[in-house]
Amino acid sequence: MESDSAGGGAPTILNGRKPNILYLWLGDKIFTAVVVILGASIIMLALGMAWVLFDEGSLSLREYGFINFIKGKTWDPAVQLVFGAWPFIFGTVITSSMALLIAFFPALAVAIFSAEYAPPWLSGIIDNLVQLIAAIPSVVIGIWGIFVLAPWLRDTVYMPIYLWTELNQPGLLPILGNPIGYGMATATIVLALMIVPYTTALAKDAIKAVPKDQREASWALGSTRWEVIRMAVLPYARGGITAGAILSLGRAIGETMAVAMLIGNKNTLPFSIFGAGATMPSVIVNEFREAVESLHLSSLMAIGFVLFIIALIVNLTAAYINRKLSIGGGQIL
Amino acid sequence: MEINIMKSKDLPEETLKTVHSNTENQKTVMKNRMETKNLTVKYGSIYGVKNISLPFQDKTVTALIGPSGCGKTTYLRALNRMHDLTREAKIEGEVLLDNKNIYDEDINPVTIRRKIGMVFQKPTPFPTMSIYDNVVAGLKLVGIRNRSLLDEVCEKALKQAALFDEVKDRLKTPAVSISGGQQQRLSIARALAVEPEVLLMDEPTSSLDPQATLRIEELIHVLKKDITIIIITHNMQQAARVSDKTAFFYVGDLIEAGDTNTIFTNPKEKQTEDYITGRFG
Repeated sequence: MESDSAGGGAPTILNGRKPNILYLWLGDKIFTAVVVILGASIIMLALGMAWVLFDEGSLSLREYGFINFIKGKTWDPAVQLVFGAWPFIFGTVITSSMALLIAFFPALAVAIFSAEYAPPWLSGIIDNLVQLIAAIPSVVIGIWGIFVLAPWLRDTVYMPIYLWTELNQPGLLPILGNPIGYGMATATIVLALMIVPYTTALAKDAIKAVPKDQREASWALGSTRWEVIRMAVLPYARGGITAGAILSLGRAIGETMAVAMLIGNKNTLPFSIFGAGATMPSVIVNEFREAVESLHLSSLMAIGFVLFIIALIVNLTAAYINRKLSIGGGQIL
Repeated sequence: MEINIMKSKDLPEETLKTVHSNTENQKTVMKNRMETKNLTVKYGSIYGVKNISLPFQDKTVTALIGPSGCGKTTYLRALNRMHDLTREAKIEGEVLLDNKNIYDEDINPVTIRRKIGMVFQKPTPFPTMSIYDNVVAGLKLVGIRNRSLLDEVCEKALKQAALFDEVKDRLKTPAVSISGGQQQRLSIARALAVEPEVLLMDEPTSSLDPQATLRIEELIHVLKKDITIIIITHNMQQAARVSDKTAFFYVGDLIEAGDTNTIFTNPKEKQTEDYITGRFG
């Protein structure tokens, strides 16, 4: 028989035709191979980067031990040659989480306005502006921060607060720190500005994905516009909104240039609110050129490795929350 | 006296007080709870429905029938201003609730929707809320926080929707944990909990099994003692079973409306007869 048609019936136009040998097996195999190779290479790339960071940092990690390296409060590449990552982990966690705290509600408000209230033309303008902010290179934001934002914040915000505290609560001055304009507070505010577009865009996507029948169900109960948002839209979109916020936190943690330009770069604890500090990315970018000691260089690599792990945890958390809180299809049996 | 529901553009004022000639309830004058006058819904330049004039008497069930795409849903959604939410939909003509046009400037659509409830074709429980919270969602909107009152209303609404016995032990579980048919009855209970004066139902039983469908039909019989019901259905037997009046829609036009008995046994229009007997649609 020229073809093995199912059931062994008479050859028809379809099953009687000679199969195209390339189509039947070679093309399929080539395609499978290409997809597997490309897909695997991404995974290999990520694992390879993690391995290189770990390997290069292993000198330092062996010297101090992983836990003690993280807990080490002293970073002195000049005199003692002692390296501990804690000041930078602390600076990163504080600046990025505070930045998210500042950015989250305004960003959510913009997303709600753009998705629910604004007419299409205005919504389009808002979305484009938000994307524009996201597209500004961070070094440009950094230079704007140095010349415009930081002096302005110093003169109109930090100084009055500092002077008031000096008069009324002098005990709090060490926590407040010197209002030089370049420090933790400025870096946090700039980080907040930089992640607003991400939080907004991801929250808007989540809000837009709420099905029409959910809104209508709420309208039909006699809800006002805000009640529809509160009753039907936000609960449904909460998974996407939360995951978006955490992904934005990931961006803030990894943000390097603008932070390095504005945070003041001080490697020793304690950090103060207005005073200088440092983050993991900022110390890497500031010191890798001058790291002549191999232990110093290795410690910077180890910081990179820790940063990699933190970023991984943040992203996995976002994915987990998205899955856990999302109302996917299939809830209606 | 013959019924005088008609599709004519200029309905004389006196015929608006229609006379209901129900089999049990001969020649009782009943007032129109709701009524549409020359109602037209347009999506851009496309007509959804054209010039529909139709009265709905108090405490009756009116079935809207017709093939898919004939404008039944478009018409029904105009009755509680759901089209306000679609930017492109445009309404002409009047929808009267107790002789007051609900599209008047001084009318708040939110108030209208609290009086005119709606049940959709697909179940729409709020997925993050429990069964209990879903039922009382509408009451919480109007600011009712009294726990025992909410409990009472929740139980009553669930009983009306024939769901109480199935969920009474798990009122606090998520609404999405129950089956699709139960979710639909939950949606009905939610609509009933706010005690609407008029209830619009858009194929409420299309996702239900025969048993649950029967319960909903029984519910409609009970409810019509108190409220006015307008129901869309594709099921001719259902229309015949539950409704007092039937209106037949075809491509955006109201072809014929009148007593359900008359429509089903002796329709005036050929199209109505063809549809009812299953020759098309």
